[in-house]
Amino acid sequence: MTEFIQQLINGISVGSIYALIALGYTMVYGIIKLINFAHGDVYMLGAFVGLYATAVLKMSFVPALIVSMIACAILGIIIERLAYRPLRNSPKIVILITAIGVSLLLEYTTMFFLGPQPRAFPEVFKQVSYPLLGGKVTISNREILIIVVTIILMLLLQYIVHNTKIGKAMRAVSYDMQAARLMGINVDTTISITFAIGSALAAAAGVLVGVYYNKVFPLMGIMFGLKAFVSAVLGGIGIIPGAMTGGLILGITESLVSGYGSSLYRDPVAFVILIIILLVKPSGIFGKNVREKV
Amino acid sequence: MLKNWLTKENLTVTVLLLVLMLGVQVLYSAGILSPFVMLNLIIIAINIILAVSLNLVVGFTGQFSIGHAGFMALGAYASAIMTLNFNAPFIVSLLVGAIVAGIGGIIIGIPTLRLKGDYLAIATLGLAEIIRGVITNIDYLGGAYGLMGITQRTNWLWAFGCMLVTVMVIKNFVQSSHGRACISVREDEIAAEVMGINTTKYKVIAFTMGSFFAGIGGALLAHYITFIEPNAFNFLKSFDILVMVVLGGQGSLTGSVVAAIVLTLISTFLQSLAELRLIIYAIILILVMLFRPQGLLGTHELSFKLLQRKRGVSHGNHSANA
Repeated sequence: MTEFIQQLINGISVGSIYALIALGYTMVYGIIKLINFAHGDVYMLGAFVGLYATAVLKMSFVPALIVSMIACAILGIIIERLAYRPLRNSPKIVILITAIGVSLLLEYTTMFFLGPQPRAFPEVFKQVSYPLLGGKVTISNREILIIVVTIILMLLLQYIVHNTKIGKAMRAVSYDMQAARLMGINVDTTISITFAIGSALAAAAGVLVGVYYNKVFPLMGIMFGLKAFVSAVLGGIGIIPGAMTGGLILGITESLVSGYGSSLYRDPVAFVILIIILLVKPSGIFGKNVREKV
Repeated sequence: MLKNWLTKENLTVTVLLLVLMLGVQVLYSAGILSPFVMLNLIIIAINIILAVSLNLVVGFTGQFSIGHAGFMALGAYASAIMTLNFNAPFIVSLLVGAIVAGIGGIIIGIPTLRLKGDYLAIATLGLAEIIRGVITNIDYLGGAYGLMGITQRTNWLWAFGCMLVTVMVIKNFVQSSHGRACISVREDEIAAEVMGINTTKYKVIAFTMGSFFAGIGGALLAHYITFIEPNAFNFLKSFDILVMVVLGGQGSLTGSVVAAIVLTLISTFLQSLAELRLIIYAIILILVMLFRPQGLLGTHELSFKLLQRKRGVSHGNHSANA
């Protein structure tokens, strides 16, 4: 039982990070129906910006987090402007291939300049473990940090989406782009802001992962990004609470699989979940099935 | 039917291909072609097999699969096991590799091809990752370390021969009524269904054929580099092949051939700069998508007729409608 609770705690902290990245996938998909393959790499760059802010500029955690989020928000807007906006009315396969191209470009440009080897993330917090349940289960301050930051960011996002004008515009555009345009909403700006918010959340996830695992490397976004995407599909792509739930479910499942089975099966299991959900309910846990109109 | 096939153009092409095949072999045996050149020629032939087979699925049938490397892995491992543990002749291990990959294609294709567009892409990517993950966990297949000491059986004649067979079979399939059915699925699935085409059947056929030939590609590769590991068949490998298809033009077999040649040469020249190679790949891909989303050749095929017509037009001969 204590083993189970321990795995649950690990699962929730990893799951929170998946959830943060998954939000970016889901928001972008919700608004322009694009799987932004480059999103995992924005997360990776967020981690590197965090690394430089703390290691070179000697910032403390919160300023480094904010700097990284701002930098990636700008990056997200640039990617959307240069690569996706010119293709907005192209066939899906064209946009998807472009997204894969952008992803490769970010990965290997980073690798070209920084080298493929992992870099140590400076220890921003001294790791402290708190014993729970008579010392059999421990929770570290880093895990608490991840969970707290995730909750704060999600509440913030919830507030933006439901209580601000731009949130209203985002919901309108995702519901019907043409109608939103006719209602005087600036669709381009709204999409840019969606990319900015999603990228900022991914950057936050990157910095948190850096703090948690103490290392960052140029290809870290591939597997993490794919799994975050699995989380988004699991919860129902395009649905914000779905991304959070999906992230947590995936994180917990993975921790349990590595805890009770073999850690080598951790990656395949995530994809098995993906395939099952795609075959059984492609719209995800929270999604509604929409029939295709002829 | 034979009379239709025995056209002047087909005969010329056949003769040219045979000359190419035997000529390269003679030059290599005579020591004029260096082993390095030979290596690249064989890799080009294998890449053509992979690109053309993926083009059947992505370009002609419109099913966006990004898991081709998974089927390569099936073919490579099955054939390697046949030669390593059962001492099978090369032709048998090639066929076993292809058949295992083809069966994998059927098993994976039937459930997943119900999905469309993005979802299908993600599902095939996920399935390729599952195949890789499972192989990594099986000790019999060498686990994460891979299989070593596979006898080198692939040579120029095998690679070129398999490439010819692949291109011929897929070309004939695409031009048959089945191929037309596949193209109709690509153009509009619902309309095709309404016209009485069993869309699921054709999607599965194309997917299975694509996997079968990917298996041959994998088997040839395994018996050429004599060493396989699960990581050689990751997402990037699938992506490499996809780039060939997209760059050449989805729905153009000659486009895939040309792109496979060009991209293999580019990656050979940039071998010492692995990162730069992928940066250039990515930039080519984004630029092609932005400015020529249909690929270099679109859905056109290169042929002598096309060349003749082009020449005719440039000479101001507008009466040539043929």
